[in-house]
Amino acid sequence: MQTYECDIVIVGAGPAGSVAAKYAAEGGLDVVLLEKRAEIGAPLRCAEGISKKWLSEIGMEPDPKWISAEMDGAIIVSPSGHTFKLDESQAGNEVGYVLERHLFDKALAEQASKAGAKIWLRTAATGVIKEDGLVTGVYANRMGEKIAIRADCVVGADGFESQVGRWAGIDTTLDLTDMCSCLQYRMVNIDVEPNYCEFVLGSAAPGGGYVWIFPKGKGIANVGIGVQGSKCKSGADAKYYLDKFINEDPRLNKGAVLEIVGGAVSTCPGLEETVTDNVVLVGDAARLIDPITGGGICHAARSGMYAGKVLTECAKKGDFSKEALSTYEKMWRDKMEDKLWRNWMAKEKFAALSDEVLDDLVLAIKESDISEVNVYNLLKVIKEKYPDLVAEFEDMI
Amino acid sequence: MKVVYEKCLHCGCCVGSCKQNAIYLNDYILEFNDACNRCRRCIKICPVGALSLEE
Ligand SMILES: Cc1cc2nc3c(=O)[nH]c(=O)nc-3n(C[C@H](O)[C@H](O)[C@H](O)COP(=O)(O)OP(=O)(O)OC[C@H]3O[C@@H](n4cnc5c(N)ncnc54)[C@H](O)[C@@H]3O)c2cc1C
Ligand code: SF4
Ligand code: SF4
Repeated sequence: MQTYECDIVIVGAGPAGSVAAKYAAEGGLDVVLLEKRAEIGAPLRCAEGISKKWLSEIGMEPDPKWISAEMDGAIIVSPSGHTFKLDESQAGNEVGYVLERHLFDKALAEQASKAGAKIWLRTAATGVIKEDGLVTGVYANRMGEKIAIRADCVVGADGFESQVGRWAGIDTTLDLTDMCSCLQYRMVNIDVEPNYCEFVLGSAAPGGGYVWIFPKGKGIANVGIGVQGSKCKSGADAKYYLDKFINEDPRLNKGAVLEIVGGAVSTCPGLEETVTDNVVLVGDAARLIDPITGGGICHAARSGMYAGKVLTECAKKGDFSKEALSTYEKMWRDKMEDKLWRNWMAKEKFAALSDEVLDDLVLAIKESDISEVNVYNLLKVIKEKYPDLVAEFEDMI
Repeated sequence: MKVVYEKCLHCGCCVGSCKQNAIYLNDYILEFNDACNRCRRCIKICPVGALSLEE
């Protein structure tokens, strides 16, 4: 078996893997980034909505090449059809761009390459190399050839599948209540607002999920759904609910579908453990996704950056032990954990609400005078109307 | 496990849902290993209903 050597091997060239590769390579490390697919960023598994403000944090300038549409705001729709429109000044952090995700992911990979990382496409990690109980690299299948890649540290950036962590002994499994089964259509010839992201709440998407309509120009949008795992009964539930929604919506039901996208998101507050000796998990693999919105691109990119920086420091000392790598775990927890927990608790509550209560809440929010709408401020309004709902995590608001 | 590849979107939803780590998405083919305990989680979570248990 052909064996390769490098400092860091990163499994998965999504945002988490590419950004980790960039920062580790900039730190002078010899980095190999593996991607099992034949094209970075494709096929799409995403609704492509991001907020704007974190891009500068990871050193990305907005580029029209990978921005499909700029949003003016968001529309929240209650189960019986009350709408609440927020413009950009109010929508604050939660809306921004709808991406061309396949080009965005390529732009991140390009930056990793510029920094010196090697990128191997069509190279699927198949397991970890273990010596004396320690992970010392990965086995992979590179264009049909079985190879071994030995490295000081392995980064699991393999997305929702999150198998690298499991091979290395980290429990990345999820409860069914902490994941959503998703299906999305790229639709054309539909009649939706071109510059507003729409979120439809309630039993249209059982279990605290929602239907999203993220426009990508006039008459074009990503129309998708997330159904909570425990509400999925027999298979194809996501398809059933999405088709039902589209059939019943006169704006959509004459449109055509040009692309079908499947996928899943985790809705937990992040793994209990994201590092072990010689192994780091980033992005979706570490289950770093906002449990309310399902947004994970910014968590993936930021956690990738933290990992890349910490790996650079670890290399200086030649120490990739769990203890040394825990600096990474501390970094993402400091920046993200409070919000992940708060939104996870909120999600647990919302998942149980009836359509009537959701209608009430959307009306209450509509009538309130929130200046900036984000999960935090929404919870404050909800607290006034339904104190019981937020009682258990009040101190986090 | 039976996979209807005419439906499958290669999305990896089933892989991430399996507590036994019994599924591997090899390019466009799903491989199942012996760790499967027939819990049906993957079947339920598949967005398009491409999976079923073999009798
Ligand atoms: C339907 C849907 C809609 C979404 N909408 C949004 C949204 O609007 N906004 C948002 O912010 N987030 C959204 N998300 C979440 C977002 O897509 C993820 O959080 C984000 O892609 C995470 O990035 P990542 O790099 O961690 O993982 P991924 O982008 O999933 O990348 C993982 C990569 O690893 C590769 N890989 C896996 N296993 C192996 C292996 N063994 N060997 C080699 N390579 C491997 C995969 O092929 C993949 O390219 C959505 C998710 C879904 C499913
Ligand atoms: S969840 Fe369904 S569609 Fe997705 S890879 Fe598995 S079998 Fe295929
Ligand atoms: S039935 Fe259960 S154990 Fe078997 S592959 Fe599916 S999820 Fe895994």
